[in-house]
Amino acid sequence: MTNPVFVSSYITLRSNKILLNGEVIFEAKEATTLNFFQAVYDHFQLNYPKFFKMDNLCKTGFIASELLLRTQKLSETYHPEQIGIILSSANSSLDTDIKYQASIATAPSPSLFVYTLPNVLIGEICIRHRIKGEAACFVFDIFDATFQTDYVNLLFETGKVKACISGWADYYSSKAEAFFYLVENTGSETTLKNNAENVNRIWNNLNT
Amino acid sequence: MSELIDTLKVQIIEQLNLQHLKPEDIGDDQPLFVEGLGLDSIDALELIVLLQQKYGIKLANPQDGPLVFKTVKSIADYITEHKK
Repeated sequence: MTNPVFVSSYITLRSNKILLNGEVIFEAKEATTLNFFQAVYDHFQLNYPKFFKMDNLCKTGFIASELLLRTQKLSETYHPEQIGIILSSANSSLDTDIKYQASIATAPSPSLFVYTLPNVLIGEICIRHRIKGEAACFVFDIFDATFQTDYVNLLFETGKVKACISGWADYYSSKAEAFFYLVENTGSETTLKNNAENVNRIWNNLNT
Repeated sequence: MSELIDTLKVQIIEQLNLQHLKPEDIGDDQPLFVEGLGLDSIDALELIVLLQQKYGIKLANPQDGPLVFKTVKSIADYITEHKK
């Protein structure tokens, strides 16, 4: 029997609202998505100038990871190689792909081109939080809690990670959505175990 | 020259997505890369695109890049020298 792993904390970003562990921590109802990103950056004083160079998918994921890990510095607890990040997305880098394709008509933009891969989303978060463990970004039509939990739990069972950011990040046509949760191998009886049922319950509760 | 330098600062901020900066934050002789503004290799490519798009200038010798893009003033000097 394998040791259980736990969901330590979770965050969602959707419809210009951010919830951390189910509690609203920021909301800007009237803002456009791009203004919302700026408002979050200013409100939480993220102080990371590279943020402005990121495409919108990366900004979505960056904000989710930044606020999820704000009170929990992974690098102080784990070696970089012990921290993984496994995400999935529906539209992947499509929003930037379209913008890059449009730029080809005049002058192809190098700064757009570098964001025409969903793995760059992972890379930006890894750079920021010094993550050097298993990293992958999968493309699914919808969030698949069974796949996510099976994959992440296998990483723990095989000793590849001791902490892992898991979840979903998506951006297309001005619609941003993220659901990140931190999985660790420490927890109490009241901490949620990282299984599909629990993760689906969180995801579905947050969708209502 | 002063007008060109001011214009360049605005264009650099826009082209390189440096929204956290204002034109007056960039010194005429401040290094743009590494210890200065901290620009990277992708930014260098964007500066090449900027020269082509806004001023119709192609960098004849890529090895000149580090000198041409050293500061805003050095870019302005290069534009003044090469603009037709």
